[in-house]
Amino acid sequence: MSRYACQLGNKKYVFPDLKTLMARATPLRSGDQLAGIAASTDEERVAARMALADLPLQQFLSETLVPYEADEVTRLIIDTHDKIAFEPIAALTMGEFREWLLRSTGDEISRANQGITPEMAAAVSKLMRNFELISVAAKISVVTAFRNTQGLPGRLGTRLQPNHPTDHLAGIWASTLDGLLFGVGDAVIGVNPAGDNVQGCVEILKLLDELRTKLEIPTQSCVLSHITTTLEAIQLNAPVDLAFQSVAGTQAANEGFGINLSMIREAREATLSLNRGTVGRNVMYFETGQGSALSAAAHHGVDQQTLEARAYAVCREFKPLLVNTVVGFIGPEYLYDSKQITRAGLEDHFCGKLLGLPMGVDVCYTNHAEADQDDMDVLMTLLGVAGVNFLIAVPGADDVMLNYQSLSNHDVMGLRHLLNKRPAPEFEAWLERIGFMMDGRMSSIESVTGLRLLEANGSLV
Amino acid sequence: MDPWSRLREHTQARIGLGRAGDALPTKALLEFQLGHAKARDAVHGLADFDRIASELAPQEAVHVSSQAKDRAEYLLRPDLGRQLAQHTLVRGEYDLALVIADGLSATAVNRHSVGVAKSLLQRLSQWKIAPIVLVSNGRVAIGDDIGQALGAQVVAVLIGERPGLTVSDSLGIYITHAPRPGRADSERNCISNVHANGLSVETAAQKAEWLLSQSRKLGYSGIALKENAGGLVSS
Repeated sequence: MSRYACQLGNKKYVFPDLKTLMARATPLRSGDQLAGIAASTDEERVAARMALADLPLQQFLSETLVPYEADEVTRLIIDTHDKIAFEPIAALTMGEFREWLLRSTGDEISRANQGITPEMAAAVSKLMRNFELISVAAKISVVTAFRNTQGLPGRLGTRLQPNHPTDHLAGIWASTLDGLLFGVGDAVIGVNPAGDNVQGCVEILKLLDELRTKLEIPTQSCVLSHITTTLEAIQLNAPVDLAFQSVAGTQAANEGFGINLSMIREAREATLSLNRGTVGRNVMYFETGQGSALSAAAHHGVDQQTLEARAYAVCREFKPLLVNTVVGFIGPEYLYDSKQITRAGLEDHFCGKLLGLPMGVDVCYTNHAEADQDDMDVLMTLLGVAGVNFLIAVPGADDVMLNYQSLSNHDVMGLRHLLNKRPAPEFEAWLERIGFMMDGRMSSIESVTGLRLLEANGSLV
Repeated sequence: MDPWSRLREHTQARIGLGRAGDALPTKALLEFQLGHAKARDAVHGLADFDRIASELAPQEAVHVSSQAKDRAEYLLRPDLGRQLAQHTLVRGEYDLALVIADGLSATAVNRHSVGVAKSLLQRLSQWKIAPIVLVSNGRVAIGDDIGQALGAQVVAVLIGERPGLTVSDSLGIYITHAPRPGRADSERNCISNVHANGLSVETAAQKAEWLLSQSRKLGYSGIALKENAGGLVSS
């Protein structure tokens, strides 16, 4: 006997378990097709959604998609589920939950967030259109802080990503200056190191810290090395503001990253002990992305969007300052084209916010995906309207280390102006003081003048 | 003096581009589009295997295909790109199977594969080398199927690498000892970045020769081999 079914005329669609139902209901995704779990027809997909819509939320607390005994992420989700926060939505079906989200205020939704499991968030997103993902997410604000305050209404944070293919310090320095001239870098100045050896990472950390202190920038820096490397750097007394880690939605996929929950906990405690935040104590930075579990052969037959939402359970356990999905980085075998990338970006942002995360997005693509900068313009604008906490920018949208395209410094500055969004308040005050910003807008100064203004505020040579 | 020219010496990143309002100046906008266009053309273009085969003559070459039937399927199904479709390869007693696969850049294969292959053939004149196998819609691991089918001790796969915005014609060389399906990436050695502004054809062939010789002598390839290679291998 199959447990989930939908009768459509003479045809009865049956789904043997909850994870199959979820996989058949999810919007078309090349990664789910690659895994062999996607709906085989459009009608089957809608039939699965109809069955999903009638399912009580309670079912998600009794039927796990990845076995409790085998997976510490499942155990985390079940063991930390807040029954009291869940109460207002406990009697709803998934279809009614969608309607509840559309009707409720952001505060009402936020109060329930510890009662919402990642699987519930993923399931309801499968019943929602893009505009609904945008409008519900826009109601929810998630505020975090370290040296400035991220996520306030009317604000849009930006990560400055000054990567260099050989970690050449002068090159990282040059790209950092370029970003600052566009008002980029309040969320974090974060470098993906080309090598993961601790000495190299410590040198980059020192460089970024020197720049920040010389110019008195109220922001945080981060080298996005493996969390064990960051721990070593802390032991070497390196100036670590944030501990970074890529995370995924299953224990096996996290093992593929060489991590587990207790390692993240240890790194967080070590970073907290440095006490470097001035206005807050959120010291973690996580990156995620749909498809990572499948690419590590650790997906348990669960669709990639649901697994992505499960990664957010890992993130929220550690009270991060920043979380972002690197949405189009993984390639066309997981997200084939701009339609899939756009949808995934909106789903990830929505699910993150619904679960209470300070959600940002790296709006990006690779050269073998069916996407281009026009598509990034669209997704960036949609996310800006959806109230995304922060976006990532690199000089000229071209990451010369990771070899993919993200947003440019120009793009995020333009988006702030278009949507009348400002950087974090502390960072905005700094931009005004240095002469880059006035009345909520970046001044249209020449970049050479901009460099001179930075020079005037601290020797950069 | 423009301080940006000083800063640009340290990075290829697109810094100091200037602004038109909040956006890029027209020149920078179009340069970016040109880079992306070249990259896309490299991904979706076809390797000219007829020309490649004629340039490799008198060395014999055989054209085969992976199980991915076209570029779209190739991009969607990496698993099919790793498996050989029906073929007529004949098993022999070979020291080396040399494979040229389009991978993600037909441009790279069209420009650099013949040069690398010819240089390798010259350097390995004492080796018993199978007919060169040219593969449409192939990924690196298809060398495992081919090497096994030919009964070769070692396989070297020359393959187009995923194009970047600045370089769209980069060729990679992957070397695997005792090829058979299921070999892990850690059991391969890679020479990457063979293109006009990267590794030259001759240097790449020299590194490949060294790796192949070591691999045959030691009886393995991969991480263990790389650790003993010192400065010779830059992968």
